[in-house]
Amino acid sequence: MNVLVCVKRVPETGGRVTLSSDAREIDTRYLGFTVSPHEECATEEAVRLIEANGGSSTVLTLGPEAASDQLRAAMAIGIDRAILLETDGQDWDPVSTSVAIVDAIRAEAAAGVSYDLLLFGNEAADSGDFQVAIRVALALGLPCINGVKSLAVKDGVATARREAGGGWEVFEVPLPAVLAVREGINLPRYPSVPGRLRAKKKEIERSVPVARLVGAMGPAAGPEKIRLRLPAETEGRVEILGTGAEAAPAVVDLLERIGVLAR
Amino acid sequence: MIITFVEHDGGRADRSSLEALTFARRLASGLGDSLGAVLFGPEAAAAAAGLGAYGVTEAHLVDDSRLDAYAPAAWGRSLAGLVGTTSPAIVLAAGTDRGQEVLAYAAAMLDTPMAANCIEVRPGEPFEVTRQRWGGSLLEEARLDGAVRFLTIAEHATQPEEAVAPSTVRVAAFSPTLSEADLRVRVVARVAPEVGKVSLADARVVVGGGRGVGGAEAFSELEELAGLLHGAVGVSRVVTSAGWRPHSQQVGQTGTRIAPDIYIACGISGAIQHIVGCKAAKTILAINTDREAPIMSRAAYAVIGDLHSVVPALSAEIRRRQAS
Ligand SMILES: Cc1cc2nc3c(=O)[nH]c(=O)nc-3n(C[C@H](O)[C@H](O)[C@H](O)COP(=O)(O)OP(=O)(O)OC[C@H]3O[C@@H](n4cnc5c(N)ncnc54)[C@H](O)[C@@H]3O)c2cc1C
Repeated sequence: MNVLVCVKRVPETGGRVTLSSDAREIDTRYLGFTVSPHEECATEEAVRLIEANGGSSTVLTLGPEAASDQLRAAMAIGIDRAILLETDGQDWDPVSTSVAIVDAIRAEAAAGVSYDLLLFGNEAADSGDFQVAIRVALALGLPCINGVKSLAVKDGVATARREAGGGWEVFEVPLPAVLAVREGINLPRYPSVPGRLRAKKKEIERSVPVARLVGAMGPAAGPEKIRLRLPAETEGRVEILGTGAEAAPAVVDLLERIGVLAR
Repeated sequence: MIITFVEHDGGRADRSSLEALTFARRLASGLGDSLGAVLFGPEAAAAAAGLGAYGVTEAHLVDDSRLDAYAPAAWGRSLAGLVGTTSPAIVLAAGTDRGQEVLAYAAAMLDTPMAANCIEVRPGEPFEVTRQRWGGSLLEEARLDGAVRFLTIAEHATQPEEAVAPSTVRVAAFSPTLSEADLRVRVVARVAPEVGKVSLADARVVVGGGRGVGGAEAFSELEELAGLLHGAVGVSRVVTSAGWRPHSQQVGQTGTRIAPDIYIACGISGAIQHIVGCKAAKTILAINTDREAPIMSRAAYAVIGDLHSVVPALSAEIRRRQAS
């Protein structure tokens, strides 16, 4: 079985976000980078599928040279190969991103590598476009299931569940298929020291994707980012009800006031 | 026309679809355009009848029994077909799982872009939207092209509001053209929600625990408090990543969005990805040893101190009052 997992490098933001001076990016001078938790889980799922079924796993990203770090992080937990579709670091819109991924998968097929499963995160952590997996699946003529939080693969059929209204919806598709995965499908392992060392030495296969220009060649791409903006904050002043256990009566008074204390 | 994809249950439109319809009606009236809806499933006619209150004048009921169970690609194909026959200027949906999915399929099938989780639309040329990134902790102004504009409306960003004057809904059946490939992905079974359990998304009280809880065992203190308040326990990602609690309890960008009357956040620093999941809470009470933690700028109330002494003291105080 061959599994491809697609990930995106994003800044690891914490308590507060500041923007670059042109307001087109997050100011990342003091930040580390990561991938979405959904994609960490997709990567873990790929490793488990290969451990259980044999075969090979590949991680792919569209991003700058620095995204090699995220590819190596995936190889450190057991992904076999890594492909970097190298950009100049500008954010690509979801239409252009999916076209580049489809081109890369077709190039793999031409070189004799076909995939039984294409795994994605349900949505990228930063842009949250909710569509790349679907566009890739349609272009390749494959079935696609989104929001997957539980997966079983047996006899060439994937059974996937996703949360719906407090319960679950169950889907079944024959392979090859595309799955967009959510955090919670598994608990990703931590990389081991030997895993990290191995990943450091591994080769990253690179190519330069062809951008699909908005408005130019054929159908439209986008949405096209103009600028970023922080939402208006409603930062009130916090009222300190007390310190330590002595604060309990004041807190319970508050619970009574807002009417959540059952009698 | 503006077409809205309307989700419904038991013959009534879902709240998030009513939010999207409210958004769409304002957009339509600004453009001097009419408001249409598209509905799937056996109860579509009943749900459509109620949409006049929201200003819908035309409801398209997709008529194909193969689509009674949810089938994302086939629903998307049907919407794309309807767009072909009705030529709307804008197609929108709520930013729910199905809303994002059905619009993404239809947009992709028509080789058109789609903007997810919009909160503002500035129609015209260029056509611009403001949309949520990072689960809503950051906004993006973007240009959206296409002969038809496809967009979803962020949940909880608009209050559902009926039209001043209700309209008469003209109902039309639409028969889609589907291929076998469109029907490959279908819901084949459903698992009903557990009965009698307070769901995190709907709980009126949520007691949250983060790294400060320190381990799996200490969650019994939070469980006790949540139980006394008939609430649910929610947690930060640090807690689920450590395996202390299941992911179904995670609050935040990649977890559940909660909207309780009060969120009691214990040992949680208040990272933006956590805050986007709990900012709909009416009141936030933070219990933290660190007076400078980011959560303090989001909380209305705080107790400074070790949660391991504060939380049991709260439970004891509630018990004492309930007994008296
Ligand atoms: C793309 C992405 C998505 C993410 N999605 C989510 C998400 O959905 N949900 C989520 O929660 N996080 C998410 N995160 C992670 C997030 O950025 C933070 O790392 C996480 O929320 C921090 O959890 P925490 O507050 O429990 O831990 P910390 O940030 O370590 O904070 C612990 C807090 O506990 C306090 N404390 C310690 N001991 C005690 C004590 N004894 N009593 C009282 N207080 C004490 C400390 O002062 C501190 O404020 C995401 C991150 C990324 C990059």
